[in-house]
Amino acid sequence: MSNIAITDAAAAPAAAKPFLTRLAAGFVNRLVIIVPYVWLLFFFLIPFIIVFKISLSQTAIAMPPYTPVLDFSDGLSGFFGGFRELNLDNYAWLTQDALYFKAYVTSLVIAAISTVLTLIVGYPIAYGMARAPATVRPTLLMLVILPFWTSFLIRVYAWIGILKPEGLLNQLLLSLHIIDQPLVILNTYTAIFIGIVYSYLPFMVLPLYSSLEKMDYSLIEAAKDLGCPPTAAFWKITFPLSLPGVIAGCLLVFIPAVGEFVIPDLLGGSQTLMIGKTLWNEFFANRDWPVSSAVAVILLLLLTVPIMLFQQAQAKAQEQGK
Amino acid sequence: MNTTWSRFNVTSIVLGFAFLYLPIVLLIVFSFNESKLVTVWGGFSTKWYVSLFHNQGLMDATWVTARVGVISATVATVLGTLAALTLTRYTRFRGRILFSGMVFAPLVMPEVITGLSLLLLFVAVGLDRGFLTVTLAHITLTMCFVAVVVQSRLVSFDRSLEEAAMDLGATPAKTFFQITLPVIMPAIVSGWMLAFTLSLDDLVIASFTSGPGATTLPMKIYSQVRLGVTPEINAACTLLIAVVAVGVIVASIANKRREVQRQLDEQAAQRG
Repeated sequence: MSNIAITDAAAAPAAAKPFLTRLAAGFVNRLVIIVPYVWLLFFFLIPFIIVFKISLSQTAIAMPPYTPVLDFSDGLSGFFGGFRELNLDNYAWLTQDALYFKAYVTSLVIAAISTVLTLIVGYPIAYGMARAPATVRPTLLMLVILPFWTSFLIRVYAWIGILKPEGLLNQLLLSLHIIDQPLVILNTYTAIFIGIVYSYLPFMVLPLYSSLEKMDYSLIEAAKDLGCPPTAAFWKITFPLSLPGVIAGCLLVFIPAVGEFVIPDLLGGSQTLMIGKTLWNEFFANRDWPVSSAVAVILLLLLTVPIMLFQQAQAKAQEQGK
Repeated sequence: MNTTWSRFNVTSIVLGFAFLYLPIVLLIVFSFNESKLVTVWGGFSTKWYVSLFHNQGLMDATWVTARVGVISATVATVLGTLAALTLTRYTRFRGRILFSGMVFAPLVMPEVITGLSLLLLFVAVGLDRGFLTVTLAHITLTMCFVAVVVQSRLVSFDRSLEEAAMDLGATPAKTFFQITLPVIMPAIVSGWMLAFTLSLDDLVIASFTSGPGATTLPMKIYSQVRLGVTPEINAACTLLIAVVAVGVIVASIANKRREVQRQLDEQAAQRG
């Protein structure tokens, strides 16, 4: 890690310090960077490289079920010889089977629709919170964060009891004579939309709230004084000013939703085709590790642009916080 | 006119919170259902809680989950705090863009990808899947959340406090432990709690990285949910919610008290 050059190490009044103390401080400063850096390199970046290599290897009936890609047993020449064994068969397989293509497209479409739905549901909540009296705002904020602390799995599970044919929603609607046949919601795409909107709502509301709260409402009053109707004022002033929050919220919902597994598995039933579920099945049911790696690599490539947008938004927010 | 309770705002807040809380409330209510059917009310009973405590598999999984949670949250808090310090204090070092990328990307990375990649790493280095691998995986995921929480506190931190301490002759280490750490402590505590609950919660990454003998509670709940919805799972979920809710409430009360104490101290200091 010698390439990490510290240029503004904690602006200590160093000149007055004895040499050894300074040396120790420099070492500690370096450690602060190196420890998390090395950890993330080893447990986050290197695994992706391994996924990529295994996606190019052959399926084998063994444990682990793929031909080794990091084989040093024949020395270095054996290691480089191993590269010739690598091939794109698994990727070819993904293009031959329409199932995978459909799963990718379905996932992207479902994630996009759910993101829009979450925005529509979340915006009025965030707006109401931001305009609430300042004394109530911390409580409201706490109430939005609290469900985030309860298990994702539990929150998805709770909806099974509500949505199933003999579930609570159908009981309610039947007893109110709104419907006379139970609605089939569980194991459909509607259930997946409900599940994603419900589970990811706090991720949308929080960034929206923080950008709406910062907004200067005298702008709206000025618009009103100048004869601008409230709806036009909203679309011309409030919404554009909340755009950073909208973008951050949408990315926070969209990216994980594309690879979502629990929601399509529990609420969508066996018929739904989403890529997270496909990857899970390839891995756990078919035990085909190279193909599931190839599925993961393509999913990652699809998400590169949104993830980079997210990082830029984060870095920007960080700059503005200062 | 900055704050108004217009009818529209009140309605949207009430509906929004009803949507957020109703499913959880219903889940808790039906855990006390006498009937075996989850959705038909058959009278009040706590029998599912009793049968829960006689379910050895569930109890073992709870113990594993608690240990993984405490260990991974603690290590993740240390690493995450270091990462947050790096992100806010060292703005120019080579590899910084890669570093911030590695901190922010896991926040949104689909769990199936993280889980699969970590598993393949453990297989590649020849580490047997089990307690250790789940813990390592959870540290990696949750340290990034800790980093973001602590970082948001560090950004608004008044550096002049540190400079004052060092001008008065405190060593950097002493300054850190006596000035910086106490000020960012609330963020570190909430970072730890977030890491703990994320670990408690996680199904996908645990399923990939765990092995025999290290089945976590979400894995257990998931395998039972697949077989059907039972009041016993509702009871297990209710207990899990209760543990987290009590933790969050205790932490926020402690936080509030510390804040009040700090204000009193400040007033006392100003009176001299």
